[in-house]
Amino acid sequence: MQPFEYRRAPTLDAALAEARAAATAYIAGGTNLVDYMTLGVLRPQTLVDINHLPQSYAQIDASETRLRLGALVRMSQAEEHPLIRERYPLIRDTLLLAASRQIRNMASLGGNLLQQTRCEYFRGRGFACNRREPGSGCAALEGVNRPHAVLGTSESCIATYPGDFAQALIALDATVEIAGGRGAPRRVPFASLHRLPGDTPHIQHSLAPGELITYIDVPAGPWTRRSRYVKVRDRESYEFALASAAVALQLEGEMVREARVALGGVATVPWRAREAEEVLRGAVLDESLAQRAAAAAFAAAAPRGHNAFKIPLGRETLVRALLEARSMSA
Amino acid sequence: MTHSVAGAGMSRRTFICAAAASTTALPLPAGARAAAARQTAGSSPHGAGLRSVDLRINHQDYALSLDPRTTLLDAIRDHAGLTGTKKGCGHGQCGACTVHVDGQRILACMTFALMNHGREVTTIEGLSEPGGALHPMQQAFIDHDAFQCGYCTPGQIMSAVACVREGHAHSAAQIREYMSGNLCRCAAYPNIVAAVQQAAAPEA
Repeated sequence: MQPFEYRRAPTLDAALAEARAAATAYIAGGTNLVDYMTLGVLRPQTLVDINHLPQSYAQIDASETRLRLGALVRMSQAEEHPLIRERYPLIRDTLLLAASRQIRNMASLGGNLLQQTRCEYFRGRGFACNRREPGSGCAALEGVNRPHAVLGTSESCIATYPGDFAQALIALDATVEIAGGRGAPRRVPFASLHRLPGDTPHIQHSLAPGELITYIDVPAGPWTRRSRYVKVRDRESYEFALASAAVALQLEGEMVREARVALGGVATVPWRAREAEEVLRGAVLDESLAQRAAAAAFAAAAPRGHNAFKIPLGRETLVRALLEARSMSA
Repeated sequence: MTHSVAGAGMSRRTFICAAAASTTALPLPAGARAAAARQTAGSSPHGAGLRSVDLRINHQDYALSLDPRTTLLDAIRDHAGLTGTKKGCGHGQCGACTVHVDGQRILACMTFALMNHGREVTTIEGLSEPGGALHPMQQAFIDHDAFQCGYCTPGQIMSAVACVREGHAHSAAQIREYMSGNLCRCAAYPNIVAAVQQAAAPEA
């Protein structure tokens, strides 16, 4: 592991000041960063420990109209919160079905959103990877790409965005508050935080160097209670998604008044499936409608060798999530 | 009582290490070990020197001087000399290194020791009573033969104690879900679930 300087930041201002140095990384839970530093894939020269920032950044503020999550809230802390369980089941599901309890005790929500892909060719320094080394190529294109993405891919990168929580946030139109620029913190829609790989897969998000996510805001809607996450994986627990679907529905009788759909395990970034939402809106939700919505969600999918199975698997995962959300009492 | 790197007593491991290095089988003088560690860290290209870290492990204070790259796991094993906590994968995939920090189960391989300065760490060595009576979870693992090779067992037990304390041991299915971060390559899972159920019974 490359040597680094360690700085403990007692305040937000101190953290932002420390992070002005080049090649700095913030560290909270460390569950992603320490792993990648051990592998030599990430090599920050300075680590700024933000675990000692004021308590307000580790608090959950839930009301009838919105949910405000400090970026330093731990995944397990949010998954245990009674109001999140009751009013935002989708958020709770995405947390509960992620990683292991040990990791969820460590991992911060802000860090969770920015976690790196687990693409084996990104992890292994012996392989070509445009994300790790711009211009070196992508070993996954013709490699063993069973876990790789079928949506949002490019000729430069097909690495899957591995997170679950992000699918809840993109489905529920969350915003993130970001500190670090001049003046007041800026607020951006969560949907614009991550960047499609395109021909610059080494740039994964829209944060400027030294910027820090401080809060996550999720508005409550008539659809947040009837929301559901279905995650399909190679083993039942402690595994990344092969395909997942986040669904939030507002029903009027059997008719869909509003639908929010996001897909995980199949795309390079947190993925909102608006084409599926349009199929659902205003129609009676039965299995055939769910199938049509799922087909629309994957219409643009581009399989690559080993991952073609993700298209039918992803469709069926979405159908199941829609039908399960329909039968929730909300 | 405060242990320093220099003050740690001779464990089985220091004995083995020393025996390998010296035909007289005496533990390395503590000063020599500290000097050797200092040299290693001082030789790094960025000059990242040793940093002082106070860890409180099993109610005892350890004043350690560590390379900032030292994980909590390596600090516990190699510097505090508590080798009950095991290193499996070193990448957060197996759970062998599970310990409690401020009462929460975490993976000691995924955090730098420096980040845990001043926190209360509990390892498998800290579970039993000072008089030596086993923790009910340890006894339950013995009663149910919940291991074969035993390498994952300290992590399993630390995770299981927390699983019960969190209130996540109400059914076999719940135990399997909340213990999923601890792999057992001998596949003693049915016995592990039975042991957790036994230990959880009075509190369920």
